[in-house]
Amino acid sequence: MKPSRRLSVTAIFLGFGLAFLYLPLAVVIVYSFNASKLVTVWAGFSGRWYAELLADRQILDAAANSLIVAVVSASLAAILGTAAGYAFARFGQFPGRATLAGAVAAPLVLPDVIAGLSLLLLFVALGQAFSWMPERGLFTVIIAHAGLTTAYVAVIVQARLAGMARDIEEAAADLGAKPFTVFRTITLPMIRPAVAAGWLMAFVLSLDDLVIASFVSGPQATTLPMVVFSSIRLGVSPKINALAALLILLSLVLLATSAWIGRGALKRASLRP
Amino acid sequence: MIARGTSAGSGRRLVLAALWLWTAIVFFLPFALVLKISFAEAQLSVPPYSALFERVDGVVVGLKATLANYGLLATDALYFKAYVGSLGIALIATTITLILGYPMAYAIARAPSPRREVLLILVMLPFWTSFLVRIYAWIGLLRPSGVINTALQAMGLIDAPLVLLNTQGAVYLGIVYAYLPFMVLPLYARLEKLDPALLEAAADLGAKPWRTFLSVTLPLSHPGILAGCLLVFIPAVGEFVIPELLGGPDTLMIGKVLWNEFFSNRDWPMSAAATVVLLATLIAPVMLFQSLRMRAEARP
Repeated sequence: MKPSRRLSVTAIFLGFGLAFLYLPLAVVIVYSFNASKLVTVWAGFSGRWYAELLADRQILDAAANSLIVAVVSASLAAILGTAAGYAFARFGQFPGRATLAGAVAAPLVLPDVIAGLSLLLLFVALGQAFSWMPERGLFTVIIAHAGLTTAYVAVIVQARLAGMARDIEEAAADLGAKPFTVFRTITLPMIRPAVAAGWLMAFVLSLDDLVIASFVSGPQATTLPMVVFSSIRLGVSPKINALAALLILLSLVLLATSAWIGRGALKRASLRP
Repeated sequence: MIARGTSAGSGRRLVLAALWLWTAIVFFLPFALVLKISFAEAQLSVPPYSALFERVDGVVVGLKATLANYGLLATDALYFKAYVGSLGIALIATTITLILGYPMAYAIARAPSPRREVLLILVMLPFWTSFLVRIYAWIGLLRPSGVINTALQAMGLIDAPLVLLNTQGAVYLGIVYAYLPFMVLPLYARLEKLDPALLEAAADLGAKPWRTFLSVTLPLSHPGILAGCLLVFIPAVGEFVIPELLGGPDTLMIGKVLWNEFFSNRDWPMSAAATVVLLATLIAPVMLFQSLRMRAEARP
């Protein structure tokens, strides 16, 4: 029996794969502290690109837009995704279930260009049909992002509900609690970590989206990825290195938060008899 | 009991009605519009396409649909190359991702517990990191005066910088890099459930490690392989950012064509037709993915 030898081959692949995933990010972070304007020539440690970045109005405005869009669309997605996850986990069979499930989950895999173009055509058509529709801008990006990220929240919430015993919910219902009361006082507190994790994931995806936002946004509403994309097209710049390093740091913080929420949920689950 | 049933019924109806309304707005209606506008003609107006229905005093008197956009998609060599190119690039990149991702998932699944969670988080972290930043990182590595070329020249291995950026190879690299976590996670979920007793039994019966892998591990991880490949293949076919930033002028992908028709040529009906063709191509893999999810859900 020689499983240890095969294990070492896979371990080499794992090491190579992780190095492949992380080396490019490490290079970006290191060079963001490079004093030289020539991105690949090392000329000593410096924080000047961070200072320049924080003085760049265009980038700061775009970052503010992105934050607004991400917070509002993630909150919308958390509500709709929780409703969808609850419906699929607790409503059993209902007419049209497979169609609805497919429509909710489709954004998990569909390419962004499809979602971007089709939602833009929708907003244009709605704008023609109803004069009260707001101009394309942050509002349309929020709706589009919520449409994308609801799927992720639904999957996370549904998985949590599927792994959760129904006995407490059923006991409350037997004691005469109305369905909404059961949901609010029993189900919701138990799935709160899943909803929070879903919100975080929706927030990250919204903050990261370039393609859909480019299609549905208006001329005034530029998001951070749109600014980053147009400057990347012009080439590598130390300022973008600094921004990239900050975004990598942000993703670390958000993943740590998400893992921490998940851990709390696990602990609570294991405390239950 | 009956009273509870009816009040539960109205709450359920409300939730389901809200979900149907929401999916109508962000899913069904947009795709109906794409389909409709793909039969229109581009024209200089706001919005830049012709009306499909001819109306006189608000009454529909005629239908003005054209198949010209689809005709152009089918006959123009550029579009055809982009379409085939997308499928080919996505297929090859998915295969490379599987070859790299499978041993990674296997090693993580076999790692002892505390280390396993750390490794999982390490694989997931790039998924949380900005996609654009990760592609941007490769531009810095691959360009003529980039890190790789500078290092190779400093070591005296090459005299002139290699052309690495804006090549087909860079596009494969970008897709594998960006989508590797999507391959590893479903594979891990499957391999983690694999009973080690089965492997031991195979070994006790005299099977060599490769034989055990081929006749026990591989067949049992089949659903994970399928899910991982679909999660990489489907978005890769429609990828725009990677061919745009890492690919060269000869990298033709349908996502890029769609983007250029829309943003550069302002030909909305043409990009709508390209979207319909892309969707039609992806319907089978998407349905397969959905049925995989349904089956995983049905399992206790």
